[in-house]
Amino acid sequence: MYPANYRYTKEHEWVNAAGSTATVGITDYAQHELGDVVFVELPKVGAQIKAGESLGTIESVKAVSEIYAPVSGEVIEVNPELAGAPEKVNADPHGAAWLIKVRLANPAELAALLDAAAYEKFLASAEKENPA
Amino acid sequence: MRYLPKSPSEREAMLATVGVKSADELFASIPAEYRLQRSLNLPGPLSEAEIIAWFRARAAENSVGYTSFLGAGVYNHLRSVVTDTILQRGEFLTSYTPYQAEISQGTLQAIFEFQTLMCELTGQEVANASMWDGSTATTEAVLMAERLTRRHRVVVARTLHPEYRQVLATYARNLGLTIEEVGYTESGQLDAQALAAAVNEETAAVVVQSPNFFGALEKVSAVADIAHARQALLIVAVTEAVSLGAVRPPAEADIVAMETQSFGMAPSYGGPYAGVIATREKFVRQMPGRLAGQTTDSAGRRGFVLTLATREQHIRREKATSNICTNQALCALAATVHLCLLGKEGLRELAGQNLAKARFAAAELAKVPGVRIPFSAPYFNEFVIELPRSVRIVNEALLREKIIGPLPIGPWYPELTKRGLVCVTETTPRSEIERLAAALSRALALPI
Repeated sequence: MYPANYRYTKEHEWVNAAGSTATVGITDYAQHELGDVVFVELPKVGAQIKAGESLGTIESVKAVSEIYAPVSGEVIEVNPELAGAPEKVNADPHGAAWLIKVRLANPAELAALLDAAAYEKFLASAEKENPA
Repeated sequence: MRYLPKSPSEREAMLATVGVKSADELFASIPAEYRLQRSLNLPGPLSEAEIIAWFRARAAENSVGYTSFLGAGVYNHLRSVVTDTILQRGEFLTSYTPYQAEISQGTLQAIFEFQTLMCELTGQEVANASMWDGSTATTEAVLMAERLTRRHRVVVARTLHPEYRQVLATYARNLGLTIEEVGYTESGQLDAQALAAAVNEETAAVVVQSPNFFGALEKVSAVADIAHARQALLIVAVTEAVSLGAVRPPAEADIVAMETQSFGMAPSYGGPYAGVIATREKFVRQMPGRLAGQTTDSAGRRGFVLTLATREQHIRREKATSNICTNQALCALAATVHLCLLGKEGLRELAGQNLAKARFAAAELAKVPGVRIPFSAPYFNEFVIELPRSVRIVNEALLREKIIGPLPIGPWYPELTKRGLVCVTETTPRSEIERLAAALSRALALPI
C-alpha cells in the first residue's frame, strides 16, 4: 500500500527524495479521510517552503485542510494536472497526483520522517484510539 | 434557530445533562478574577405600560421637521412598509445565520435571490451574502486580492470614503500590508497619471470608489487598464448603490465591494446595514462570506444549499478566509425585498430622479453669490460646493432655519476647507432645495 522508498509525516504527507530533489504528495489515508477532493491550492514555482509549515490547502466536499511541508526547500515544479482534475488526488495519491517537486534545502530533514512501516504502525494506533 | 429565554427547569435540565449543579460551577474553570462578581448594572423590569411610556418620552426628544442634505456614504431614500412587513415575519426576524443550512430553505432562497440581484447590478459573476457594511466589504476585498495575487501592497484612491480608508488602515497595521494613497485632479476624480506611477509589480490591488466620496463618477475602465497592465486587481467600492440604476456597472472590476444601505435600510444611527462582495467566478474560493447555491434534490426538485462553507470560520476557525463575515441576512433581505418592489424600471426611474434633483440643486446653489462648484466631473446625487467662509459657521445659520446643511469635508481633506458635500435624493422636494439656496444666501450675507 505505502511505497517503501517514500518517507511520511504524521500529518499524512509523503515525500519521495531522489538526490537533491524530492516529490511531495498526500497519502492514501489522507485522501480517504478527506473524501472527494474538489480543489487543491499549491504554492508558485520559486516559493520557499519550510518543513512543518503550511504549503497550501486541499479542499474536499466536507473540509479544507492544510498541506504541511514534510521538508524545506524551493518549489521547482507544481503538478499542472490538479487545477483541472483535483479528483486525481483520490484516484492516485501516491503517483500521478503528486503535488509539488522541491529542491531540498536540508536533506538531513528526511531522516526525521517516518518510513512506510512506521507510518502504517502510526495509522494502526491512530485507528485504535479513534475507532471510526 | 431562534433566541428564546430559558425557564429555570430547562436550565436545571441542561446543567444536569452536563453534570454540574449550578451555572457558577459550569464557569468554575474561568479564574475568579476574570469573572464578574456582581449582577449586571441594569434597571429592574418594567411593565408593558411603563416601557411604552419610556419609549414615547425618548421619541419626543427627537427633532422633527428638519430637511437634511447629508449623504457621504449613508443615504436617505424612500422605503416601503412592505419591506418592514416581510422583515418582521418571525421566520426571518428571529433566525440567526443558518448553520444547519438546508432546513432553512426560505432563508437560503432569500440569500440566493440577494446574490442574483447583486450580480446583475454589479456586472459580476458571483456575490456573497453578505458583509457587515461597505467599509468592511472593501477591506475584505483588499485581503482577498492579497491572497489571490500573493502581493502585499495596495494603492488606494484618496477619493475613497475616508472612513473606509480608516477601516482598511486598521486592518493593514498588523497584516504587513502597505497602503499607498493616490490623489485627485481638478475634476474631483482619481489622478490617473499618479496612479500609473504608483502601480507596480508588487501591487495587489487598486481601490477606487465610484461615485467617489466627492460624488464624482470615476473613469472605471481607464483605472482598470492601469491596474491590469501590472497584473494588479481592481477593486471598485460602491457606497451609493442606487447609482447603479443610472451608471454602467463596474464590470471591469475584479472585485466590487458595495454598501447596500440605500436599498431599503433607514439611515438610523449608522446601522445595521449590509455590505456585499461580488467578483469573478474564478476567484470564488478566496471570497469570504456565505454563498447560497441552487441545486436539485434527489427527487429532482429545486432546492438551495450553502456552498463553499468549508472555508468559513465555523469550520476553519482561525484559518477561515475571514473572521468578520457575519452575514447581515435581515438587512440583505431588506435589500432584496426593496429591489423586487422597485423592479428594473423602478430602479432606473429612481436613479433618474436623484440625478435630476442633484443637477437642479447644483444649479440653484451655484447661483448663490460666493458659492462655487469646484469639481468638473459628472456626479450622481452628491456634489461638493465651495463657500466663501467656514461650512460649520454657515451650517449653524442653516440649522436655525431647520436645514441640516452640507457636510464639511475639511477635517478629512485639509486642502478642502470651506468645502461641503451636498446630497439630494428623491426624498428632497424641489421646494426644499430652493429653501436651501435662499437660506444659504441669507447665511452668507450675515456679518462674520
